[in-house]
Amino acid sequence: MSIPLSWYLILAATLFCIGLFGVLSRRNAIAILLGIELMLNAVNINLVAFWRYRDPAQMAGQVFAVIVFAVAAAEVAVGLALIISVYRRSNTIVADDIDLMKW
Amino acid sequence: MTVEQIIFIITGLFTLGSAFMVVTTQKLIQAALWLVSALFGVTILYAILQADFLAVVQVVVYIGAIAVLFIFAVMLTRKELRDQGSQTRSNWWIAALLGALVLAGLVFLIIGEPAFNRMAQAIPAGVDTLRNLGTALVSPDAYVMPFEVASVLLLSALVGAVYIASRKGEEK
Repeated sequence: MSIPLSWYLILAATLFCIGLFGVLSRRNAIAILLGIELMLNAVNINLVAFWRYRDPAQMAGQVFAVIVFAVAAAEVAVGLALIISVYRRSNTIVADDIDLMKW
Repeated sequence: MTVEQIIFIITGLFTLGSAFMVVTTQKLIQAALWLVSALFGVTILYAILQADFLAVVQVVVYIGAIAVLFIFAVMLTRKELRDQGSQTRSNWWIAALLGALVLAGLVFLIIGEPAFNRMAQAIPAGVDTLRNLGTALVSPDAYVMPFEVASVLLLSALVGAVYIASRKGEEK
């Protein structure tokens, strides 16, 4: 009960920016997806913190976090399937080398 | 400093340190394992926030399924056990600059807003958050529609992932 809301928000912002850095700086497609997972988790911390600090009887924040879980699971399943498919065809998962549709 | 604040700070540093290792370590399999520890730190944060159900779901879904999926994908996409070349782009400093700028802006906004200094009130006696969450997810005047849409999304992702990763249509 003795933690201000801003601590959670700053922690989530830092986690989000670390994930953003990972997405932008990594060459490997799987590592880019790892960064996206970090960003989704930062968003979830925010949602749960706002739920707890506003009105715990209203469940909107937690429901939203559950939906984010489902979307994250779907995103990882399809994303990794795409990466494995690309790896089979072009034998690389370095994002710069996958340039078949680049003009 | 209360015990709760100390626990929060330790957990936060643990989570952020693990997240930093996820984006900087050069071995991909180690990055996936560091992700597990970062997700575990977030689980502790959920527990501090008294979101019991989400803490359990975080362990089961994120650590149990998603992180294992990542480790599988890492092992399926490597020819030899070494990673070839650097894992970081040569212009990584632009990404670092952008991340630092976004972080500075967000922290500036958060600190400048006095409403964010509030403390959590105790959950009122008689409010069962777990029961409320379950009811909210299935009651027609609450969130049954997003819940059903999420299940359709998961089904289509399942079918799509199986189709995309199958060997059908591959010229070999």
